[in-house]
Amino acid sequence: MSIIDWFAKKEKSTGSSERLNIPGDVWVKCTSCSEILFQKDLESNQKVCPKCGFHFRISPEERIRYTFDTNTFIEKDTTLGPTDFLRFFDTESYADRIRKAQSKSGKNDAVVSGTASINGLPVNTAIMNFAFMGGSMGSVVGEKITRIIERSVEDFKPVVVFTSSGGARMQEGIMSLMQMAKTSAALERLTEQRVPYISVLCDPTTGGTSASFAILGDINIAEPGALISFAGPRVIEQTIRQKLPKGFQRSEFLLAHGMVDMVTDRRELKTTLSTILTTLSIPREPI
Amino acid sequence: MKLLPFEKPLAELYDKIAQLRKLSIEGNIDLSSEIEKIESRAEQVRKEIYTNLTPNQIVQVARHPHRPDTASLIRLIFDTFVELHGDRLFGDDPAIVGGIATLGKFRVVVMGHQKGHDTKENIHRNFGMPNPEGYRKALRLMEMADRFRMPIITFIDTPGAYPGIEAEERGQAEAIARNLREMAGFTVPIISFVIGEGGSGGALGIGVANRLYMLQNAVYSVISPEGCASILFRDSKKSDIAADAMKITATEIMKLGIADGIIQEPLGGGHHDWKMVAQRIQETVQAELLNFKSLSGNEIKAQRYAKFRAMGRFLEPLE
Repeated sequence: MSIIDWFAKKEKSTGSSERLNIPGDVWVKCTSCSEILFQKDLESNQKVCPKCGFHFRISPEERIRYTFDTNTFIEKDTTLGPTDFLRFFDTESYADRIRKAQSKSGKNDAVVSGTASINGLPVNTAIMNFAFMGGSMGSVVGEKITRIIERSVEDFKPVVVFTSSGGARMQEGIMSLMQMAKTSAALERLTEQRVPYISVLCDPTTGGTSASFAILGDINIAEPGALISFAGPRVIEQTIRQKLPKGFQRSEFLLAHGMVDMVTDRRELKTTLSTILTTLSIPREPI
Repeated sequence: MKLLPFEKPLAELYDKIAQLRKLSIEGNIDLSSEIEKIESRAEQVRKEIYTNLTPNQIVQVARHPHRPDTASLIRLIFDTFVELHGDRLFGDDPAIVGGIATLGKFRVVVMGHQKGHDTKENIHRNFGMPNPEGYRKALRLMEMADRFRMPIITFIDTPGAYPGIEAEERGQAEAIARNLREMAGFTVPIISFVIGEGGSGGALGIGVANRLYMLQNAVYSVISPEGCASILFRDSKKSDIAADAMKITATEIMKLGIADGIIQEPLGGGHHDWKMVAQRIQETVQAELLNFKSLSGNEIKAQRYAKFRAMGRFLEPLE
């Protein structure tokens, strides 16, 4: 249901920087306020528009750079990759879609996971990549998320997950749906071990991803202006045949309705995470 | 009873039978042998149609307006049933019914999505599409089951969780996600039956089970065939192709290791004989409850975890 919005949006290319036709990609136009920005300025500002505060979608590499201590991120489960086990074919085969997404991104699937430190605090972490098939959750995403949670069940390191996903990956049929249960079941074990789990919900987090691990953080942090929903706006509009209120299903709306603990500017995220993790973690002997 | 589009050859035969009956009464002539002949022909045609249903036709059977519903099945299956209401937080969702029941010596908590059989009932039941309070009622009942050591039986039959403004405001995603997590932790067995439509997260929200059964003509999918067709095929009319591509039938779900068993329906679909459907589910419930009796709470929880942990197909070459 959810991924519908991603397709609806793809045409408009909301959230990704609109490149002006200048060699070298030196200038970028802000999707929100249309300000022409110097690419380098935008990057040094963690891809937040210096003028209006709009948060551009970022890659896992950028997320790692902005959030973790330098050179502390070690990627895990690097060889885990998707397979077209249903031989799914829509306008093209899933196998072809996988190949295209992989060669475009240089990644196996829509999540990068591993260990890292935030101001010296070790964490197990996963970062979803919307650029890879809309960040959709298939077997690989479900498995990698489950593995980092299970590692934390063993080593008690807090879990920090950055979500950005249109929902379940339809090309994997029912198996993608079951990833919701698999990841949530792992979180049940983590809860039992009293290990903190922080979910950082980024634009967009919808469908099966929002209705499983994304919303189950001990603390949920949303990036400003992110679309966070179960059913996408277009599906709801079609169902109720009414225009939706402004700001519906955006981070600030979820904060007002008690679904997230805070809306945090990306530039303050590292400090916030570090404070929360220090406060929340039960002091334990290191293993 | 409403005939489905692909049952058209049957409709013609049934019309003929009705005509002959009328004729035999009006003209006071004995046409019983002719009628019998056509009846046996109709039975033959029905068999032919139903032994070769396409996934898209199965979807139509799963959605048949006269398909046995959760509340009716509960009353047919269990000796006693006390319906319980409300999530203690916001309201009572008629799209999910649940309560406590007995079956012989067994005490259980039973619940499921509730569809209606006509427009009025369906509006009351919101076409079996729960709001967050439905999932929260379900969770409340399941927590009670865990506390009082009662196995949990769930019936899945929903197009999906309701996509509405208020549902989003009250946290549809949170309600479903919480159920997924909490169901993983219960130490009583959870036995689920997909009796009609298993629509996405809205179905799974009461379906994290130790054992999952599907009725023969039930379907279980990550998105409706229409939804999938409109997104991936850019044409909602291609839902027949989508229904095939997504592998949503009982046989396919079983092949993928998600379902543990298939419950056969009477010829022509479950809507022809609710009692037979109920009886077969009852036998399965009894057998499963006996199976789990010898397991400890921790073993039950571990079995469920292992079942879901193994779900997923991926490649992992050595580095």
